[in-house]
Amino acid sequence: MPDTSSVPTPTRAGTTRTLLRLLPFVRPALPRIILGMVAALLAGLVALGIPLVLQALVDGPLASGDSAQVWPAAIIVLVLGVLEAAFIMARRFFVLTPGTHVEAHLRTTLYTKLQDLPVAFHDRWQSGQLLSRAMSDLGLIRRWLSFGVVLLIVNLVTIVVGAVVLFFWNWILALVFLVCSIPLWIYGYVFEQKYSVVARRSQDQQGDLATAVEESVHGIRVLKAFGRGKHSLEKFTRQADQLRGTELDKARAIANIWLWLLLVPDVAFALCLGGGVWLVANDQMTGGALVAFFATATVLRFPIESIGFLLSMTFDTRTAVDRLFEVLDSPNPITDPTDPATVTEPRGRLTFEGVHFRYQDAGPDVPDLVDGVDLELEPGETMALVGLTGSGKTTLTALTTRLYDVTGGAIKLDGVDIRDLTREELRRRVAMAFEDATLFSASVRDNVLLGRPELTPGSQEADAVLAEALEIAQAEFVAELPDGENTTVGEEGLSLSGGQRQRLALARAVAAAPSVLVLDDPLSALDVDTEARVEAALRRVLATTTALIVAHRPSTVQLADRVALLQDGKVTAVGTHSQLLATNDHYRYVISSLEPDNTREVEK
Amino acid sequence: MSVTGVEGEERGDYTRDESRQIRARSRRLLGSLLRPVRGRVILTLFVVVVSTAAQVAGPALIALGINEGLPAALEGRFVPLGLAVGAYLVTGVLGAVLIAWYTMLSARVSQAILFDLRRRVFLHAQRLSLEFHESYTSGRIIARQTSDLESIRELLDSGLNGLVRGVLYMAFIGVALVVFDPVSALVIAASLVPLAFLTRWFQTRSQRGFRATRVASARLIVKFVETMTGIRAVKAFRTEKRNDAEFGDLVEDYRDSNAKVIKLFGIFDPGLILIGNTAVAVVLLVGGFRVIDGGLAIGSLLAVLLYTRRFFDPMEEMAMFYNSYQSAAAALEKISGVLEEEPSVPDPVDPVDLWTARGALDFRDVRFAYGGDRTVLPDFSLSIPAGQTVALVGSTGAGKSTLAKLLARFYDPTAGTVELDGIDLRRLHPKDLRRAIVMVTQEAYLFSGSVAENIALGKPDATIDEIVAAARAVGADTFIDKLPDGYDTDVNKRGGRVSAGQRQLLSFARAFLADPAVLILDEATASLDIPSERLVQEGLTTLLADRTAIIIAHRLSTVSIADRVLVMEHGTIVEDGTPADLIAGTGRFSRLHAAWKDSLV
Repeated sequence: MPDTSSVPTPTRAGTTRTLLRLLPFVRPALPRIILGMVAALLAGLVALGIPLVLQALVDGPLASGDSAQVWPAAIIVLVLGVLEAAFIMARRFFVLTPGTHVEAHLRTTLYTKLQDLPVAFHDRWQSGQLLSRAMSDLGLIRRWLSFGVVLLIVNLVTIVVGAVVLFFWNWILALVFLVCSIPLWIYGYVFEQKYSVVARRSQDQQGDLATAVEESVHGIRVLKAFGRGKHSLEKFTRQADQLRGTELDKARAIANIWLWLLLVPDVAFALCLGGGVWLVANDQMTGGALVAFFATATVLRFPIESIGFLLSMTFDTRTAVDRLFEVLDSPNPITDPTDPATVTEPRGRLTFEGVHFRYQDAGPDVPDLVDGVDLELEPGETMALVGLTGSGKTTLTALTTRLYDVTGGAIKLDGVDIRDLTREELRRRVAMAFEDATLFSASVRDNVLLGRPELTPGSQEADAVLAEALEIAQAEFVAELPDGENTTVGEEGLSLSGGQRQRLALARAVAAAPSVLVLDDPLSALDVDTEARVEAALRRVLATTTALIVAHRPSTVQLADRVALLQDGKVTAVGTHSQLLATNDHYRYVISSLEPDNTREVEK
Repeated sequence: MSVTGVEGEERGDYTRDESRQIRARSRRLLGSLLRPVRGRVILTLFVVVVSTAAQVAGPALIALGINEGLPAALEGRFVPLGLAVGAYLVTGVLGAVLIAWYTMLSARVSQAILFDLRRRVFLHAQRLSLEFHESYTSGRIIARQTSDLESIRELLDSGLNGLVRGVLYMAFIGVALVVFDPVSALVIAASLVPLAFLTRWFQTRSQRGFRATRVASARLIVKFVETMTGIRAVKAFRTEKRNDAEFGDLVEDYRDSNAKVIKLFGIFDPGLILIGNTAVAVVLLVGGFRVIDGGLAIGSLLAVLLYTRRFFDPMEEMAMFYNSYQSAAAALEKISGVLEEEPSVPDPVDPVDLWTARGALDFRDVRFAYGGDRTVLPDFSLSIPAGQTVALVGSTGAGKSTLAKLLARFYDPTAGTVELDGIDLRRLHPKDLRRAIVMVTQEAYLFSGSVAENIALGKPDATIDEIVAAARAVGADTFIDKLPDGYDTDVNKRGGRVSAGQRQLLSFARAFLADPAVLILDEATASLDIPSERLVQEGLTTLLADRTAIIIAHRLSTVSIADRVLVMEHGTIVEDGTPADLIAGTGRFSRLHAAWKDSLV
């Protein structure tokens, strides 16, 4: 379980305290939930009232043979029965809507929080684990709120009231009944300890299994290319088998509690039967009271039996709440400042001042990934970032929009530390295109105009921006799609080739009309012809926009006014392409394809 | 009209025939899942029958105690009472122990079924062609394997238990009532009529409701997964608020469809209680008169009342069953739909073994069209002798990648054949095909696990030395050595910590380790920096010396290691020759090459 191990296990608080954490979300629904409980309680009390009538009937008219009294008794029982049904209906009516609203509220809160949490968090958490929280855990919480907790409390109260009634019929029998149920409560406690551990393990393993499923689908091309379907099936089978083992452990725990839950009332019934008949024989109790005692005890059986199920549901829910708050409690180190600054005159000057970055979990002897970068991009300047794989280029670009925060130094946009800007403003001013272009399930139009929410969809201006961006990115293939720019792409739509996706991602960054454009190797999947055309068009945009471009190829570098050479997390040289080519050996090694033998000699 | 596979999955308006067809399909699947465990199912059923009978005996024994034991006790004889109490104890203990056993048995059965189903869907999803995956999308296939399986698990875990025990309970009580007091049994029988109407009403209404719930939840999942996997783009383009709004709507749809279903329960459940309580009142009325007449003993009246009350107890649980049954049935319908999809690239029925492939490739009159109408390769023939390294050049959409996909058998040709060593790929044993032909694409996916595990995907039984050697051969060892735990470093979600270029190096190492007879590289070096690419190419020259290779690359640097260059245009080969010949000529390639040369420094 790669993921669960990397997530710190929180110290386990008590079940009640954990569940109470839901309170802020439940509060608006609380009145209705309480009303629901009241209704359920009334239903329980009414059900307990029926034996009273029975006792009166048995000891009265049935003993005396007064058949006229049978009718009223039956009618009272009927009225009580109708009342019980009405109260149960009321309970459902009260509890239904708030439960679903709480679930919906929790779900949107979780989603909002997840969107807010930094990329570093998402690096650590597999989306399968997140999905199982958003779907099954929240569904469980809803069912528990609108059903589990209501019935748990109401059934407990019903049991207490019922016990009092039993004492009212006969204290000796009631005592027998209660003493017999003591092992039940002891076992219930043991059960909590055992079950919550297994329940947690089961939920985690389900999350891991979901991750395995997800990877097998997303990585299907690799699996097919290597014919490793069988291999991944074996791994999946192992995981599914582990889950099966856990589920069986869970069933064992449930079987045990069932054993006690059924055994105890039955033993109690048997003893009460012997005792009761003996008491009646000795005139210590009326026959009617004995009948009523059993009728009451029978009404109590179901609440007692349901306790086990409701308890396990409660512990499941507690685990779900734990898992939910693991996410909601995650600190977000990348937040908006309390008193945000703003760039009053956006010109597009981007400055790196002694920038350091390292991953939190990097070992102490590992040097910083970005190790003191000083770099200044003048307004309108295009700077290419060149360096070997792993020299920190992509990381440096991710720092500019605070996908990660610098761990030392500062990045400034027009003289303002980017941490003093709201993330909204920063990301409005700095637009990115990633190498692995992500498209969302939406039309080409919406995907390209993603960074321009202020444009009215379908307006002339929006169309103009769209057309221009597509033209610059040489995405003329859009016209040939089934519905042109209205074609749905992404997860739920048409799948595009890597080059096509990359061009749309580039168009998206261009359409955002930022003051700074950050492009992470934006042309890697394009063929030479297209690349040349994109470059020609890009020049128009880059003439007026500050740009930072990660480049692997000389052709891309030639878009730039200046080049910064990144080596082991440091900028070791800045200059024009031809300057560096003439003076810097490492630069030649990195960028030049010609005469590899010579350059390698020099490198050595 | 008929619906096959996943067709029309999101529709809610099936015709009668279509519904029947879908239900039959689900039933077949269910049957095939139950068959292997039928022995255990029978044992489980036996245990639950006995245990329920023991439980139902309770009120009868109470009646016995009161009717027989009480008069005897009044006379000072306690034996009948003792017998009744003893019998009660025995049945009580037996019932409880058997129920516990039954719980374990049924868990074993349901877990076995789930395990089987999980594996089947997983395997089938793997067998389905890329064409299917590209149109069905990952979100939906994930939903099939997660949330749909979850609802089946719920059915098996709790719902089915409730149903089986409930039905048995009611049946045994019915029998007990007939034995004790046939008149009361008639009352109960009469109450079955409104019960049937209520259940029928509930069934028709809830079926529609649950379908809507499944559709809504699937949409929710797609949106959720898409946001989380694309979180960088979400942040970079500030779509959080818009996503919130959109997701909020989806959540509301889901909430709404859930609430509609729960509302039905709000009527169904109290309805059941009402019927039950009315029956109790009527039994009391009818019984009361007969007790006065002396036609019924008091103890028997008590037993009959207890039975009547308990008769309706399991109905609530059975209503819960209906809840889970409906969603599980909807889930099963969809899962059976996926399982019904025929892989458009099926495994051969009578596979031909090819223990050692030489690597000769032939395209014979191949025509290929996506979805049957978008023709990419109109009529294509090509012969590549074993050991040749071929570079494919041409603009986007010329059909290069299609060619590669046909060779890797991601797709099958619409007409004609693709052959390896003279054997049609469609007839070749999959294990031999995958061992002989390996494709490395630009999109280098990493699985969660260590770096070593990811490389070992090329050869699962590789030793660590072999893995390190493969990494070294492509020059991936330098960056791996710098990782926190070297080869044991976890690559995390989607290779978050590993750059695109490094990912490509890892997937190259995979291919090296796999050691295939034919290697297809589809833009596999696009993200590499020039020194890395150079290193990979050096590795390639040794690697490719004795094997066939198809290299698709936009950068012409690759061409230098090729024996032969093919220039493609609109699905046909327009130039074919050695690099030197083509460069020397005046064709398209020589122009491309000159332009590329100019761009270098």
